[in-house]
Amino acid sequence: MEWLSQLGRSGLRFFERLGRGNLFLFYVLLGSFSLLGRGRLLLQQMYSVGVLSMLIITVAGLFVGMVLGLQGYNTLVDFGSEESLGVMVALSLVQELGPVMTAVLFAARAGTSLTAEIGLMKTTEQLSGMEMMAVDPLRRVIAPRFWAGFISLPLLAGIFSAVGVFGGYFVGVGLLGVDDGAFWSQIQNRVDFYDDVLNGIIKSIVFGFVAAWIALFEGYDTVPTSEGVSRATTRTVVHTSLAVLGLDFVLTALMFD
Amino acid sequence: MNTDNHNMDDVLVHVRGLSFQRGERMIFDDIDLDIMRGKVTVIMGPSGTGKTTLLKLIGGQLRPNQGTVEVDNINVHRLSRSDLFELRKRMGMLFQTGALLTDINVFDNVAFPIREHTQLPEALVRDLVLMKLEAVGLRGARELMPSELSGGMARRVALARAIALDPMMIMYDEPFTGQDPISMGVLVQLIDKLNDALGLTSVIVSHDVVEASAIADFIYVISNGKVVGKGTPEELQASDSAWVQQFINAQPDGPVPFHYPATDYLEDLLAGVNE
Repeated sequence: MEWLSQLGRSGLRFFERLGRGNLFLFYVLLGSFSLLGRGRLLLQQMYSVGVLSMLIITVAGLFVGMVLGLQGYNTLVDFGSEESLGVMVALSLVQELGPVMTAVLFAARAGTSLTAEIGLMKTTEQLSGMEMMAVDPLRRVIAPRFWAGFISLPLLAGIFSAVGVFGGYFVGVGLLGVDDGAFWSQIQNRVDFYDDVLNGIIKSIVFGFVAAWIALFEGYDTVPTSEGVSRATTRTVVHTSLAVLGLDFVLTALMFD
Repeated sequence: MNTDNHNMDDVLVHVRGLSFQRGERMIFDDIDLDIMRGKVTVIMGPSGTGKTTLLKLIGGQLRPNQGTVEVDNINVHRLSRSDLFELRKRMGMLFQTGALLTDINVFDNVAFPIREHTQLPEALVRDLVLMKLEAVGLRGARELMPSELSGGMARRVALARAIALDPMMIMYDEPFTGQDPISMGVLVQLIDKLNDALGLTSVIVSHDVVEASAIADFIYVISNGKVVGKGTPEELQASDSAWVQQFINAQPDGPVPFHYPATDYLEDLLAGVNE
């Protein structure tokens, strides 16, 4: 019987947390209207969340594209269709790897820093202090960070994919001798904006929403101790990665329907 | 019902029948308090008696299980969120750590509530901030970041921030804890002077008996969720309550025992031998 009540307890805890997470999201979205007149707050956060993540996204995109170029070439050359390398690289990046890899890297680079920042603000009573100054931290601190993450992630995914295609081009055309014109013209012919690119954009918008929500909620809901903050930071990466991969499957299934 | 026969207009914070429970633990059990306008009221008690919790109850950050808290004749826990925020603009609170925003400098920290709540032109904000900083003696430190401040300076900046919107009252959470004698003296003097100069009402939560008594107009002593003593510093000194005497005179043993409850000492020692 002990295990049954244990199961019940953890079940209850899970749903309680889920409820808190949803309420949190509701109030953040509600508080977002106050951002309209205060674009500066949003810009500041887009800088620290988005611009500062660009280096890791660019470098990762380049390498992923280069690996795709190398692997793709080795497979395609057996069938004599190495001219399709560009399409293969571009489609893999735009539909799958761009949004997913960017979201996972985003969780590791920006998500953790958001969680730790908010968690430490809670631990050091900065959030309480704001509340006592009649400033709502959900509006002043959380909402700008949420929208910054939401807007930045799709843009970063775009950069990831674009840089990745150049990585594939560098390996395929530059090193392995695929025809330059064929590489680009095949991409131009076979990558469709609505079917391929738009689907990737939709994915990265969903991921941006989820990644920003999880990172900020974990920070806001953290147990205000150093151990609590460290656990929350870990949870951000684990939960975001799992949520992104799971949602990726669901979205892909829906899009190929 | 007014048990203390104060004139109601003189009472700024009116606490009646307040009970607060955290989990199974009773933090406050039906306590009554009156904080008088314009006075310095000190709430004393040993660590862990929920003194900070009391401030959070007054500020509306926590809800009591029972009882009422009225600030300026407004029931704090009946207010909507926006009305509560309106009331808080008139209440300052100084947290134990200062709770300064760590990513902006001293000047911007003090300017923060002014910029958030008013549309004043930046030149006026600057003057206001410099006046508040001058009052706490840190006008020269305006460019420093919070990480560059000592504990006492951080509290003074937080104090400047707390008075930025000219509140009617300030709540101090353990303002003297962990201060060296000089910054302790500075803080004691500042709290006292600001209270008189700005016509504030001050509520200080503290266990530093000497410093707090020096500026207190009235003291409440809280233990185990009850008010165990109250009065002016002189009245408390003369109190015949053994508990109050132990606390005020810092005696290690008394009604609050030195030993955590345990079995008989000799039996306990011999238990290892007999096994």
